[in-house]
Formats: sequence, C-alpha cells, structure tokens
Amino acid sequence: MGFPVKFARNRWYVAAYGNEINRKLLPRTILGEALVFYRTQAGQVIALSDHCVHRRFPLSESHLDGDNVVCGYHGFTYDPSGTCVAVPGQRRIPRTARVPAYPVVEQDSFVWVWIGDKDKADPADIPRAPWLDHPEWTSVYGMEPLNAPYGLLVDNLLDLSHETYLHGGYIGTPEVADTPIRTEVDDEQQIIYVSRHMDDAACPPFYAKSTGITGRIVRWQDIEYHPPCLYLLHSRVAPVGVLPDADGSDPGGFHVEVVYAITPETENSTHDFWAVARDFARDDEGVSDFLRESNRTVVLQDVVALNKLAEVLAAERDGYQELSINIDTGGLAARRLIAAQIAAGEGAEPARAPSTAATG
Amino acid sequence: MTAVAGLRDRTDSETVFTVEWVPGTDLLLGICHCGARRRFEDPVELWDWLLRHPEGHVNPPGSAEPPPPVHEPALSR
Repeated sequence: MGFPVKFARNRWYVAAYGNEINRKLLPRTILGEALVFYRTQAGQVIALSDHCVHRRFPLSESHLDGDNVVCGYHGFTYDPSGTCVAVPGQRRIPRTARVPAYPVVEQDSFVWVWIGDKDKADPADIPRAPWLDHPEWTSVYGMEPLNAPYGLLVDNLLDLSHETYLHGGYIGTPEVADTPIRTEVDDEQQIIYVSRHMDDAACPPFYAKSTGITGRIVRWQDIEYHPPCLYLLHSRVAPVGVLPDADGSDPGGFHVEVVYAITPETENSTHDFWAVARDFARDDEGVSDFLRESNRTVVLQDVVALNKLAEVLAAERDGYQELSINIDTGGLAARRLIAAQIAAGEGAEPARAPSTAATG
Repeated sequence: MTAVAGLRDRTDSETVFTVEWVPGTDLLLGICHCGARRRFEDPVELWDWLLRHPEGHVNPPGSAEPPPPVHEPALSR
C-alpha cells in the first residue's frame, strides 16, 4: 500500500490560522476545491466556493459590501450563506443562483473547514490542539506550501528517525534514529500513537538554546496523529535522570507541543501548517524568535526534500517499489487508516455550483 | 514548568493494536486487541496479520507467540 494521494472527504481540515482571515477576501484551495474566506462585520468566519455561479469569476478577486460578496465581474452578490441576493439589471434572481457555503469552526487558533456532505459535519469530531491559544503556553507558528502529495508529509512526520539525517544541527541527533519505537493504533478512535523515549541523548540546538540545558538529556517524543489532518508531537526534554514525579506532575521537564496540520491543496500540493508551543520562557521574545526561525528552517528542509521526492515519484508512480522497515511501522498504520477514511468518504461529492441550465 | 496539559486521555477503545520493537533485536511484536501476539521482521507483514483479525489470531493471551518467519523483508508497494 503506497502513500495516499486521493482525499478523504467528510472530514475536517485546517484551512487557515484565524488571524489570516479578516475583512479581505482570502482564496485557498482545499482538497481541490477553490474556496474564499472572509469575516463578517460581527467577526464570524465565512467560507464560500470561490467561483461565481454566473461565469465562474473568482469571488476572491471581488469585494465585500457589508457581509455580502459582490462579484468583481458582473456584480452577482452573495450573502454569507452563499445565496445570491442581487444580480445586475433585473429583479428576478434565478432560483439556483447560489454558491456552496462550507461549515467552518474556529478553534485552537485554527480555522477548520468541513469538506464533504454538510449534514454530516459535527464540530465535536474536530481534534484539539489546546496549547496554541492557551494562556499558560506561548506559541510560534507558520505555514509553508509543499509541492508534494500530503501522504509524503504524513510519512515524514510519522517517522522521526529522519531527524538524525535531514535535520542534524537543528533537532536531529544520533539517538533519534537509534532508539526503538512503540506504536499503537486506536482503530475505533482513529488515532495513531508513536513513542520514542530516549533516556540519555545529546541535546540538539533547538532545545539547548531554548531551555538552557547544557548537558545530555532525557528526550521523549510522543506522536499523536489524528488522520488525516492533525498531527501532535508531545515533546519532553529534561536533564538526564530528571523524570516526572509519581503524581504525574513534571516540574523538572520542559514541554514543547509541536503541531502540524496537513491539509491537501491538490493531489500534488499540500498546505503545511506548523506550530510550536512551549511552557517555559513564555515571555522571552528571544526564545520565541529562535524557535520560530529554527522550526521554519526544519520545515523548509522537509519541504525541499519532499518536493524532490515528489518529482522522483511522479516519474515512477505507476511502477515503483519501496521497502519498509521497523521505523515505518507508524507510517504504514497511517496509510491504512487514511485509506479506510478515503473509502468511507467516497460517496461525498465535491461541492459544485448548480447547473447554469437549471435556472428557475 | 507546568505538567503537560490537554493530552487526550487514552480511550477505552476495544480495538487498539500495539506494535513493540523487541528490545535488543530487530524484531517487531504485534499485539492484537484480542490478545494474540506474534513477532515479525517486516512491518508490512505485521500489519497484514494484525488487520486480518480474527483470522490467524489463535494464540490466547499470555501464551508464547509463534517464532518469527525466517526471511528477508519483502518489497512492498
């Protein structure tokens, strides 16, 4: 079973950070569907199909009139539900004059959008990343475009042994690749856990400079992946020998929550949202700047590698073989869960505007 | 430092598959939610076996798992 290329519909995906969306029209393609985002005057996030029902002009190239979008080509005007409320030169508005509106939830600093059958959208299904806007945590974040299928990023993030080779000098040390993993797959809840606990490891610059630890460390990496979109890496570092207390408190540990949202743009491109939240040095702007720049560098190292890999695989896609070993256990589990999600969502059609022939 | 907050509690799901890397070896131990256990050299074959539950999951919990297959990891798609 190869990495997934097709999309799992009837799922929630991160479309943007909340602070990206304002009173300007923001275009973004999610799972091959062109969407436009904006905020109403009351602050609610709206997601509509980006193509005017009339002649398909991009609504994102248009403008807002109050809470309505006025098409920049002929003036078709849509309210936040996607219903056309005005057309040029006539009072009768065709019955089918509307664009699809998408369910949206703003949570944990992300804007989540539901791609699939609207009546199946349940906000309770959205996985949480509470650290990103928690008052006791400080976060840095960004988003990088990836010219590769999202499945390659899933593979990348589920196997952190690549840190040793691709991210040496930043987050990689020899112990990452050398330490065995434990993998759990919760089929019912659709969660994959991959844990790698290093008892005595070199401290990479990412953690040495941010925590101030100068010697070797205990380093725990506990992945919690909610396919297809949300990836959490619960990272704990501490000086060697410093473990959590028996009651579960952990006054000697430094905790970093590394969050990725893996959102397919097309079958060959991906929105790579990343965030790093920490519970130490929370008011230290220097630490924030360092972690932001370091993590962005690491993400861009992945982007360069995966873009090259995508080029290779595009030339081989119909016939290539690959070899999986122990480090791939979590990635293989992710492929299987996503394949099941793709199959489950196959009945959900992409949102389409009504046929122009079916005017009322 | 505060304790890690917000970690989703492990659920009481009855369909958890576990794969342990056997210490000191290159072997993987697959543990099905039914209790069946088996060692593998190849994670692809391991997942094939786990997900075929209940087919081939005959050893009851607590029994010694069958010996690993003796061959090189297979090429997989």
